[in-house]
Amino acid sequence: MSGSHAHALYFHGHSAVHRLAPETKLVAQFLFVLIVVATPREAFWAFGLYAALVLLAAAWASIPATFLLRRLAIEIPFVAFAFFLPFVGQGERVDVLGVSLSIEGLWGAWNILAKATIGVLASSLLAATTTMAEFLTGFDRLRVPRAFTSIASFMVRYMDVIADDMRRMRIARQSRGFEGRWIWQTKAIGQSAGALFIRAYERGERVHLAMLSRGYSGSMPEMGAVHATTRQWLTASVLPIAALPVCAIAWVQQA
Amino acid sequence: MTETREPVTGPALEVRDLAFAYPGGTQALFGVDLAIGTGERVALLGPNGAGKTTLVLHLNGVHAAQAGSVRVGGLPVVKEHLQEVRRRVGIVFQDPDDQLFMPTVRDDVAFGPANLGLRGDELEERVVQALTAVGMEAFADRAPHHLSFGQRRRVSVATVLAMRPQILVLDEPSSNLDPASRRELADILRSLDITMLMVTHDLPYALELCPRSLVMNGGRIVADGPTAQILADEALMAANRLELPFGFFPAQAEAERAGRDARRP
Repeated sequence: MSGSHAHALYFHGHSAVHRLAPETKLVAQFLFVLIVVATPREAFWAFGLYAALVLLAAAWASIPATFLLRRLAIEIPFVAFAFFLPFVGQGERVDVLGVSLSIEGLWGAWNILAKATIGVLASSLLAATTTMAEFLTGFDRLRVPRAFTSIASFMVRYMDVIADDMRRMRIARQSRGFEGRWIWQTKAIGQSAGALFIRAYERGERVHLAMLSRGYSGSMPEMGAVHATTRQWLTASVLPIAALPVCAIAWVQQA
Repeated sequence: MTETREPVTGPALEVRDLAFAYPGGTQALFGVDLAIGTGERVALLGPNGAGKTTLVLHLNGVHAAQAGSVRVGGLPVVKEHLQEVRRRVGIVFQDPDDQLFMPTVRDDVAFGPANLGLRGDELEERVVQALTAVGMEAFADRAPHHLSFGQRRRVSVATVLAMRPQILVLDEPSSNLDPASRRELADILRSLDITMLMVTHDLPYALELCPRSLVMNGGRIVADGPTAQILADEALMAANRLELPFGFFPAQAEAERAGRDARRP
């Protein structure tokens, strides 16, 4: 049992970054990624600096670099198509080890790969230092409509409950000799999915009933009135503020 | 909440001639009469389908009375008093996963009082007090789905206690609990100074916690008396599909309790 922060991307710790108010981290991460994306692709050195900045922040949060690097695996399906760009790209071509590659395509692939990697690194760092509950509070304090945060919070809360239902139903099926290996067995899977839906729907009704019984009248009450201090905002903004001149210099060089 | 507090008069809970049929046409209640005094702990016993849950859902106005009336501390349960009625009557539902829906225990316990308009320190104080009452104050920042079942049941009780209700209504409080959790919950419930109505199939639990019992069957209250006396009435028990667990003898349990109380300083 590890409390409310047991999502897979979280890295338990008590660093200054972990303690920052979640809304400051959300805004800082968003701005940082914007700046990275706005940087001209020709400035190789800039991307190196960005990566160094994220890794420095990670070190400050006592997150091992290996932990973040392993998370990079998630971008593989997204950048897979970037690898095709050099082969299918138009324009001037260059021979690398006997393979003809498009120069424009190589630039495109590099652009996607570099920006995606730094974006994922920054997001992983955010996820590693922020619990699920903190994310929800953060969005709430950033004035994201409460309907959205409530839906997200219900999803977080009941995902495990429903997954547990699903697991029990699967075990019950298997206990009666069901393997789910052949095409004609999909009917049972479909019926289980239907039963699961009905169960989840009924659970929703019972939850609503229990909420009504505690005085719920159609809108979630605002509770955490505590907001981030100026100091926390300043601390969180170190990352985007450090990235800003890098981006600016890259553009000046370009011109 | 700017609602003026209605004065509390009469019995904590009074149900008169309550009848109710579900929209499908199934009639669940056929004229229920009962009164519970302030500070009483009462068990509501009866077989499945007797109408116990339907009755419970009338106590805080989730179902509206179709005939007859429900009064909580003298206040009729009708639409214009709904918020106040829900403050006075706290229902702890059977499945803690239905009751606990917020990302953390603290938020969940705060949900009820926040709906009553409390904020800031006052809200925090309610949360801490309610969690302390059930011995779960160390778990405020945990997620409900990472607690054990017994712990979740206790937090469910806290979510309702935080609203400072006048009556605590518990639906099957001991179901699915292991014996140690069941006993811990009993200790907690006994320590609360509050009027209590407990719906249960667990007859030893009823005997342990509730001096008085109501038996419900077929949408009516068919018996009302001291729990020990009701459990000892074999004809009444058999007529209402109530059965004691193997090896459990109410008289013996009562004698044991008397002995235990006498030994206590």
